[in-house]
Amino acid sequence: MRVQLSINGEKHEADVEPRLLLVHLIRDVLRLTGTHIGCDTTHCGACTVLLEGRPVKSCTMFAVQANGKSLMTVEGLEQNGKLHPLQEGFMAEHGLQCGYCTPGMLMAGYAFLGTHPTPSEDEIRVAISGNLCRCTGYVNIVKAVQHAATTLREGAAR
Amino acid sequence: MNPKTSPEVSGMGHSMKRKEDPRFIRGKGTYVDDVQLPGMLWLDIVRSPHAHAKIVKIDSAKALATPGVLAVITGKDLEKYNLHWMPTLMSDTQMVLPVDKVMYQAQEVAAVLATSRYAAADGAAAVEVEYEPLPVVVDPRKALDPGAPVLRTDKKDKKDNHIWHWEWGDRAATDRAFSEADVTVAQDIYIPRIHVASIETCGCIANFDKVEGKLTVWMTTQAPHAIRTVFALVAGHVGLEEHKIRIISPDIGGGFGGKVPVYPGYVIAVAASVLTGKPVKWIEDRMENLQADSFARDYHITAELAAKKDGTLTALRIKTLADHGYTDAAANPSKFPAGLFHICTGSYDLKAAHVEVDGVYTNKPPGGIAYRCSFRVTEAVHTIERMVDLMAHQLGQDPGQFRLKNFVKPEQFPYKSALGWEYDSGNYAGALMKAMETIDYARLRKEQQEARARGELMGIGISSFTEIVGAGPSKHFDILGLKMFDSCEIRVHPTGKAIARFGTKSQGQGHETTYAQILAEELGIPAKDIQVEEGDTDTAPYGLGTYASRSTPVAGAAAAVAARKVRDKARKIAAHLMEVAEQDLEWEPGKFSVKGAPDKFKTIQDCAFAAYTNHPQGMEAGLEAVSYYDPPNLTYPFGSYICVVDIDPGTGEVKIRRFVAIDDCGNIINPMIVQGQVHGGLTMGLAPALYEEISYDETGNIQGGSFIDYLLPTAVETPKWETGHTVTPSPHHPLGAKGVGESATVGAPAAIANAVVDALWHLGVRHVDIPITPAKVWKLLRDHGVTSE
Repeated sequence: MRVQLSINGEKHEADVEPRLLLVHLIRDVLRLTGTHIGCDTTHCGACTVLLEGRPVKSCTMFAVQANGKSLMTVEGLEQNGKLHPLQEGFMAEHGLQCGYCTPGMLMAGYAFLGTHPTPSEDEIRVAISGNLCRCTGYVNIVKAVQHAATTLREGAAR
Repeated sequence: MNPKTSPEVSGMGHSMKRKEDPRFIRGKGTYVDDVQLPGMLWLDIVRSPHAHAKIVKIDSAKALATPGVLAVITGKDLEKYNLHWMPTLMSDTQMVLPVDKVMYQAQEVAAVLATSRYAAADGAAAVEVEYEPLPVVVDPRKALDPGAPVLRTDKKDKKDNHIWHWEWGDRAATDRAFSEADVTVAQDIYIPRIHVASIETCGCIANFDKVEGKLTVWMTTQAPHAIRTVFALVAGHVGLEEHKIRIISPDIGGGFGGKVPVYPGYVIAVAASVLTGKPVKWIEDRMENLQADSFARDYHITAELAAKKDGTLTALRIKTLADHGYTDAAANPSKFPAGLFHICTGSYDLKAAHVEVDGVYTNKPPGGIAYRCSFRVTEAVHTIERMVDLMAHQLGQDPGQFRLKNFVKPEQFPYKSALGWEYDSGNYAGALMKAMETIDYARLRKEQQEARARGELMGIGISSFTEIVGAGPSKHFDILGLKMFDSCEIRVHPTGKAIARFGTKSQGQGHETTYAQILAEELGIPAKDIQVEEGDTDTAPYGLGTYASRSTPVAGAAAAVAARKVRDKARKIAAHLMEVAEQDLEWEPGKFSVKGAPDKFKTIQDCAFAAYTNHPQGMEAGLEAVSYYDPPNLTYPFGSYICVVDIDPGTGEVKIRRFVAIDDCGNIINPMIVQGQVHGGLTMGLAPALYEEISYDETGNIQGGSFIDYLLPTAVETPKWETGHTVTPSPHHPLGAKGVGESATVGAPAAIANAVVDALWHLGVRHVDIPITPAKVWKLLRDHGVTSE
């Protein structure tokens, strides 16, 4: 089947089997390998991308379900050579170690901050609870999201 | 410790931001599954639904008729090349693919080679296997019954399921101490089977170049050089020689020990690539990862502790059944079958101890690995910390004061333990007192009394662990005879920038940053000017890899030694440039100056340039060095953790209110990274303490074989860790550093378990095995009359 979709503002087309998972379209066909696969039961969140602005686990969607829609992946966070505050926050607060869960965490965090500009720690913990991290113990991921929230608020105030 | 270098140089003690992060936060890391090669084929694996069964027939016809499927590989195909079995690191044998029978549920039965990921999966689903089920042995105690079915029928003359017996320590002295003791306590402790579950599963791409006769394998491995040698030893007879094997371990999405072993999937992918001359990719899914990769732990322990009535501990006696699954494939680099389990006297000055361990075969996947610790250290620490707590409670003494009384004292170091280890340094009381102060222990105990009076279940648990990391001294450690050194090779370029390569392999620990900081400390070259590389056996010096917290203790030491060799040569060059004698020069990070004339100096960069442009006559050009470091001893990091729990009397849920962790890993290279390692380690201590377990029903069906029922803690379950440290340098490590990546995983479970028992002691509860699930606690509460159905 033919699918057309936009990823990070770029149009893509591909011929796919109806059963092809969205994550395999993104990774294996379109070669955007920042989106990862960590389980087969929709628990780990390493494959989190934004579909029409909302976070989805791309291992649990078919590519054809994204036909005609717009997607955002980790590769779309940096704009014109400028890192997104979340990316800066993850570096500044040591919010990543092996880096494998990081793209999913970034995308979950991005969607969350869009609706929660002044989040509490507990709200952040709930927001990223669909994303598993085995390295960091989450402490610094929470700080990274707070860091980004502060930067975004300051940016909006200017 | 105040840093000796400027932030610009970023030597030891600076919380330098990580050099690896810019690629990861952009999604530009390169993990194994990100690699795609032209013409690449895919491998998928058919797995057994039975835990023990004869293979009557494998019918590949339908699979071969599936579009895209090229071949079905069975044990009989590998048997032609004598590759159907492979040796394990413990001198046992493990099937690559079975010829006669399967030994555990999810064991590899056949492999399908196809042109795409989906076609390979279709093919695997279409392979028809006829099995004849055999009696299943799940319980290691029953495995030793005289009438138990003998599992390893492949071993001639094997008449039972016993693998080995190992004992250590002075039995007579220990028995004597027990007969003379005023008080003894005994406890059965089961430390269940768990899985590291790194978020990236295992996999590889094997690419055999028929023209060059060279095999390249991108592989999720923590030990690329050892893997290369193992491949050459196992497959040398089919033409794979070591100089024609290249192992590339790219970015690794967490290891924790699970990426040390050689799994059958890797071997089948290599065989398939050698036979077809095409690249072959094998990536396991999460269920395969949990169900078939090496497990950790599975120790059935009976421990006894003896004391005088004043509370002085005297002796420890332990008997253990070690469930190894169907083969002993432990990733254990020591010469001891139970790894470093005999660190079990822990932080306490016990005069006598004796340990017995028996390895047993069952119908379960092979292993084990360490789950983020030196092999069997968590089992040891959990046992001694539970037993010490039990004794303190039994004697009616405060568990904190009881530990302080029995600790090895600072002046006793280097301390020779009753089981023969030589602890390098420690100040156990210092760490515990700092933890007690941080959490306000006295006030908590008062609060606990008040809470108990109100009928609330509040507990305070302590764990004062001693770790044993940095395998290891060649007298005790090897992998198939390969000594456990590690390596660093430094090349300083003419413009004063440098590249350094190591025999280890980071899986998230941040080696690119910390190694650069060590070199910056020793050479004064800014860390940002030093490129660190690992994981490619064609370029890196030989090393044994990263596990058991050995990178800083061993390769970090190699970095310091190699850097000092570079500095020695630079000193000669500086003396030549300034026309002074070497002994007239003073070193501070980054430059040599003339004693008494500090404005007369040459920087390390000046020396590097001169090494290629103006080196002294008789000296070879260039500025480089290599070190293969064989550590004189292990390092013994330690710490004290205090956990406060509240237990819901209605549901049995354990809620961690506070958790304070004071760690001591000697001198710290990067405080930010060390703290991150402790956060992660604590969370991997929480996980088996409260959530994770892989168990089997009586027919060998796995429970906990997917993330649906194998519960990794999320951000919601994970407490807000409070961390701190003390600094007691290692006297033998060139930088005074010790490993830290695993301390918290080793120390945390006992603090949590001790807190739960502390909360329930007054009800008559003496012990609860991990994972401490709400169901387990609820049953205890019901049995002790707190709640009813």
